[in-house]
Amino acid sequence: MRQSFRPEVWVNSDVATGIPRDEGRPVAQRRSPRALAVQLLGPLTVIGGIVWAVAQPYRVAFLDRADRDVYDYLVQPPLLVVAVGMLFAFAIAPGLVEDLELSEADDPDS
Amino acid sequence: MIPTAESAHWLAAATALLLGLLLLSETIVGVEVFRRRPWRAYLFPGVVIVASVLLWVVTIFSTFSTLHLLAHAVWAQAALLAGAVQLAVVRGRITSPLWSLVPAFALLVSGAAFLVHEPNDWLFSRSAFLHHAIGWMLVVVAVFPLGEALRPQRVLWRAGFALTFLLLAVLLFADRDAAPIFGRYGIGGP
Repeated sequence: MRQSFRPEVWVNSDVATGIPRDEGRPVAQRRSPRALAVQLLGPLTVIGGIVWAVAQPYRVAFLDRADRDVYDYLVQPPLLVVAVGMLFAFAIAPGLVEDLELSEADDPDS
Repeated sequence: MIPTAESAHWLAAATALLLGLLLLSETIVGVEVFRRRPWRAYLFPGVVIVASVLLWVVTIFSTFSTLHLLAHAVWAQAALLAGAVQLAVVRGRITSPLWSLVPAFALLVSGAAFLVHEPNDWLFSRSAFLHHAIGWMLVVVAVFPLGEALRPQRVLWRAGFALTFLLLAVLLFADRDAAPIFGRYGIGGP
């Protein structure tokens, strides 16, 4: 009878052991729904601005340069939405999430 | 060179969007956590007061008609008043929830100013449509700070107040100086 050469045939249980668990390794913790919601506000706003720029490229002066004045370049609605979303995501949300997690650690029932 | 009206409205929309995000995040995490860092507590009243000062600058240029001038002056004064009260609340100078009647009054007066200074019908143009829509929206959403004054500490009032600014941002971003109401569908307007 022809012998099968499937890999499991050659594994010796005396040699193959389980993967040792590294107890000191930091475990990823799941964020609370509230922290996740705060973190998502900025990126969702940025995505909204990008989708708007794709849907209406003529609202972005850089993409549609015909007959534009200086204010058209300074004030471009989809880019304003992106800028506000990034401001919130990078300047406000991180500290807010940090404080929220500290608060939840102090009072897990909150 | 004076910017076009729509450029000023889009800047106002961006400010409203920022205020909406601030209020929504405050609603999500709670007032205590939000005000844990002092600079963050002063952010909302600070932005409102700066915006109200800029609104006074806009008022100077809004000389198309007396009604436009008066309407912009009313918005600037209402925003300044609401921002000042919120600043006093954050500083702990005033504590009564009844002070929420001030932003309720500001929203009501601002809405009335929108409705009064628009001389055209709803379907005349996009600008006219948005003036009517924003005006009635502001009149209706005055119920949120009113509710906060009468039955404080309810999430509904805070969430409603936050969403008010987000909706205001959407409507202001949709503004054009000359455009049909629903864009490509060409309903109403020049």
